[in-house]
Amino acid sequence: MSDVLIRLENVSKSYGAGAEPAVRKLTLEVVKGEVLVLVGPSGCGKSTTLRLINRLIEPTSGRMFIDGEDVTEANPSELRRKIGYVIQQVGLFPHRTIAENIATVPQLLGWSKDKINARIDELLELVSMDPDTYRDRYPKELSGGQAQRIGVARALAADPDILLMDEPFGAIDPITRDRLQNEFLRLQQELKKTIVFVTHDIDEAIKMGNRIAILREGSEIAQLDTPEAILAHPADEFVESFLGSGAILKGLTLKKVSDIELHQVPTLTSPVMREEALKTLQDSPDQVALLLDGNDRPLRWIDERALNRTSQPIEKSGRPVTVDLQPEDTLQDALTVMLQSSVGMACVTDRKGKYLGCTTIESLAKLIMSDG
Amino acid sequence: MSTVAQQDKTRSPMSERLDLIISPIFAAALALLGLAVWLYSDVDQTTLNILEPVKIQRQIGETLILGLSSSLLVILIAVPIGILVTRKGLPRLKNFLVNTLGLAQSLPAYGLIVIFFSFMGSGILTVIFALATFSLLPVLRNTIVGLEQVDRSVIDAGRGMGFTPRQILFKIELPLSVEVIVSGIRTAIVINVGMSALAFLVGGGGLGETINSGLKLDRGPAILIGAVMVAILALLFDFLSALAQKYLKPKGL
Repeated sequence: MSDVLIRLENVSKSYGAGAEPAVRKLTLEVVKGEVLVLVGPSGCGKSTTLRLINRLIEPTSGRMFIDGEDVTEANPSELRRKIGYVIQQVGLFPHRTIAENIATVPQLLGWSKDKINARIDELLELVSMDPDTYRDRYPKELSGGQAQRIGVARALAADPDILLMDEPFGAIDPITRDRLQNEFLRLQQELKKTIVFVTHDIDEAIKMGNRIAILREGSEIAQLDTPEAILAHPADEFVESFLGSGAILKGLTLKKVSDIELHQVPTLTSPVMREEALKTLQDSPDQVALLLDGNDRPLRWIDERALNRTSQPIEKSGRPVTVDLQPEDTLQDALTVMLQSSVGMACVTDRKGKYLGCTTIESLAKLIMSDG
Repeated sequence: MSTVAQQDKTRSPMSERLDLIISPIFAAALALLGLAVWLYSDVDQTTLNILEPVKIQRQIGETLILGLSSSLLVILIAVPIGILVTRKGLPRLKNFLVNTLGLAQSLPAYGLIVIFFSFMGSGILTVIFALATFSLLPVLRNTIVGLEQVDRSVIDAGRGMGFTPRQILFKIELPLSVEVIVSGIRTAIVINVGMSALAFLVGGGGLGETINSGLKLDRGPAILIGAVMVAILALLFDFLSALAQKYLKPKGL
C-alpha cells in the first residue's frame, strides 16, 4: 500500500521497568485521506497512542514513519507544526484573541501577516463563525461548542495533511456534539485530511470513522476494519461486548435515507375540497393521506376520522408534519422521526422542502433483513 | 456560561479598583496624621534637628535604594529559581527550597540583619542581602504557584502545535502567571521598604535613623513622623505594584 501516510512499527511505551506498558508493540497504518478512529475502554492506551504520533510522548521502542520518512528522531517541535492537534479541553490560549489563537502555527512557520490574516478569515468562515464578530474576541467569551470550532480552525490553520483529535467533542453537550460531528464530516468531505480520532464512545466511532481500530489494554488491536464490517462480524467476545447490544441499531447510523426504497402515500394539494379528500382517503391503502402546500411541501397527515370529527377546513384537521427527513440523513434519524410520528411514517423532502416520498418501518426492516 | 462570565466581568474590575484605591487612602490619612502632629505638638529645637530636611531627604533616598535594590535582587533570584524548579523532574528541590525559605522568613528580620552583619560587616550591602533573604519566599512561592496554576491543557495544546519549551515558557506560562508573580513581588517590595527602617542598626542609613534618634532623645513627634514616612513610602510602592499588576495582566483573562 503506497497510500499509507502514517505508520507505527512495533511501537511500545512503558513507564518504568516493572509497570505494564501503556502501548505494547503496536503496528498501525493510517491511509491517506481516511478517518481512523481509535476506540476502546478508558486506560487502554488510545490517547497515549495518539500522542506518540506527534511525539508528545516519546516511544520506548519501535519506529514511526510519516509519508515514508522515519520521524522517530526528528525535531519534535518542527514535526508537530506539520500535524494538527485537537484535544477535548480545547486548550485555547486565554490571553490571545480568537484570531491570534488561529494564527499560532502560521506564526511559528513564519508566514507573512497578510497571508495569516486572510487565512484567519477563511478558517472562521469554514467553521461557520462570522469573522467580523469573532476575530477580536477572547476565548472566555465563547461557549464550549464555539471554542471547539476555534480549536479545529486553529488545528487546520497551516493546512496540515494530518489531524490528530483526542476526544474532540467529548466535553460538549449532546445536541451541540451531534451538530459539530455533522459539520466535521461535511468539512472532511471537502478537506480530505488524514485523521486519527480518539474516542471512548463506540457510537461516535461508528459515525466518524472510515475505519475503526478497537483497542484493548496495552493498545492492542482487537479488530481493525470498516464500521460496517465490525458491526456485522465482530472478531471476538471483547469486540462484541464493547459494541454492546443493539449493533443493528448502531448500523442504522451508517445508512442513509437514500438507501431505502421510498413509499408513496396518496397526496392532496392544498387547497382541496372535502369530498375530493374523502375519496382519496377511501382509495388509500394506508388510510392516510399527506396534505401538501402549493409548492409540494408536506403540511399535515389527514385521515378519515380527523376529517369527520370537525367541520374545520382541511388545512386545520389531522396532525401537522413536524420534521422532514432529507435523503442524506441517517436511517437512525429516520427511525427516530417515524417513532415520534402519529402515522409511523416519515416524510422525505429534497433540499427545497419538496416532497419525495415516505420511509416506513417495513421498508426499514426489509433493508436490515437484506443485510443479514 | 454567559452569566458566569458576566459575574467575573463585573466583580473583578471592582476588586481591582478597590486594590488601587486603598493604599492612596491610607497614605493620605497617614500624611494628615503626620501634618497634625507637626502642627499641634510642641516642636522644639532638638526635634527640628532630627527632622532637618537635608537629613530626611538623604534618609528617604537611602530607604528607596534599600527597598528597590533588595527587591530587584529578590526578583533576579526568586523568579528564575521558581521557573527552574517548576520544570520537569525537580519537585523535590522545589519542596526543599520552599521549606528552607519559610524558615528564613520565620526568623525575625532583626536577627537576619545581625547574622548578615556578622560575616559581611556594616554597610548598605549587608542590609540589601538580609532584606532580600527575608523577602525571597513570597516571590518564589508566587512564581511557583503562578506557573503551576496555568491550565495544563493550554500547555498541552501549545506543545502539540509545535511550541518549543522556551516558547511555552515565554508565550504561555509567564503571561498567564504574571499577575500572581507580580503580586508576590508586591508583597516583597512592601516588606523591604518597611524593614529598611532597621538598616540603621548596621550603618545602612534610612528613615530608621530618624525614628532611632527620636527614641534616644525622647522626641515623640520625631518618632511618629519618621514612622509615618516609612509607612507612606511602603504604601506608595504598594500602589505602584498594584498598577503594574493591572497593566501587566494580559487582556482576555
